[in-house]
Amino acid sequence: MNFATILSPRSLKVSGLACRRGERVLFEGLDFEVAPAEITLLRGPNGAGKTTLLLCLAGLMRPTAGSINFSGRDPERRPDSDIGFLGHLSAIKTRLTLTENLRFWAAVNEVSPALIEPALEAVGLAPLAGLDAGHLSAGQTRRLALARLILSDRPIWLLDEPTAALDADGDLLVAGLIDSHLDRGGMAVAATHYDLALKNPARVKTLPIGRRP
Amino acid sequence: MKGLLALIGRDLKLATRVGGDALTLVLFFVMVGAIVPFAIGPDRETLARLAPGIVWIAAFLSMILGLDRLFRTDVEDGSLMLFRHAALSLESISFAKLVAHWLLTALPLIIATPILAILLAMDFSTWLRTVLSLLVGTPALVAFGTIGAAVTVSLRRGGLIAPVLILPLSIPVLIFGVSAIAADTGAGTSAAALLFMAAISLVSVALSPFIAALALRLVED
Repeated sequence: MNFATILSPRSLKVSGLACRRGERVLFEGLDFEVAPAEITLLRGPNGAGKTTLLLCLAGLMRPTAGSINFSGRDPERRPDSDIGFLGHLSAIKTRLTLTENLRFWAAVNEVSPALIEPALEAVGLAPLAGLDAGHLSAGQTRRLALARLILSDRPIWLLDEPTAALDADGDLLVAGLIDSHLDRGGMAVAATHYDLALKNPARVKTLPIGRRP
Repeated sequence: MKGLLALIGRDLKLATRVGGDALTLVLFFVMVGAIVPFAIGPDRETLARLAPGIVWIAAFLSMILGLDRLFRTDVEDGSLMLFRHAALSLESISFAKLVAHWLLTALPLIIATPILAILLAMDFSTWLRTVLSLLVGTPALVAFGTIGAAVTVSLRRGGLIAPVLILPLSIPVLIFGVSAIAADTGAGTSAAALLFMAAISLVSVALSPFIAALALRLVED
């Protein structure tokens, strides 16, 4: 990878967080902390509120109570542009080629277009760079979304089912990407049903989400 | 600035690759103009007198038709969610969408006006004034449309609400647009109407990205 720089350290402190969808309270009184170079895995059954929690952390949803504090942010920059969000939706335009898709996001996120090729290589899509993204399979689309995530070069990663639709190789790929992200000092929160094969278990924390109905 | 151009370029590229959209709008525009003679009779003098109003209404209706597409695809594929974390501000993104939308919906109509001019028995100088008034006035329509589309973006079936929201806002544009073309108002009046319309366009294009960005920030999934 060409992303040699160390990411500026960010940490996260969540206290007393509560969230509801409609009438249903998904979780309340949630407290946790994530330190730089650490990942927190969110565990819980379907509908427990993992995605909702990630949306709250990403600032895309308002929690009903509690506070979310990211520390170490650069006051000169817009706070949102610290976050790399990988959600269920791919945000890939099917009529653009892989390179065009990434070039667009590189421009919008003000990163150098020279990093597009290494990013595609990192997710194993380099041979398909000139193909329309509409021809990709679900797993390949996911890989492209991962390429955009590493391309946007953010210290905070919020990942919703990062291994969804991926094959066994893809699972290892995601684990490898997260490892190198943590190595560079980044932090991450991920909702996942599977154990990621991360190399250093000391950096991994698990947080069960949801309460019994 | 680079991100702004990239977004405009992406929207134009997508529109030309998917194809059809701009052409459908132009066809609709021409057809609205073409059915009017059937409704009010083929008298050339009446038609020529009503032509400015007909052109503006046709342009207005076709632009409203395309409004829903302004943010819809970006919401559906999740791009909007990522725009909120982009280094480019949502205000810039709204502005880029506005510019791209004008290029895709208003410019083709202006290029297609000669067809309407023939159908409605316009003379050459009226046609020139029509083009000028559309060029000056349509940015305001797109700016209001951007606000309407941003406000209704979270409604899954919001396709018809945005037009209803922006219709009242657009009335001044229509009034000045038509009086800038109409021959019987006199040179001074039409110049003044054009200036008023330019003022509305400039103010609305300058302010609407901020309002649209505010609305987009409130979207919750």
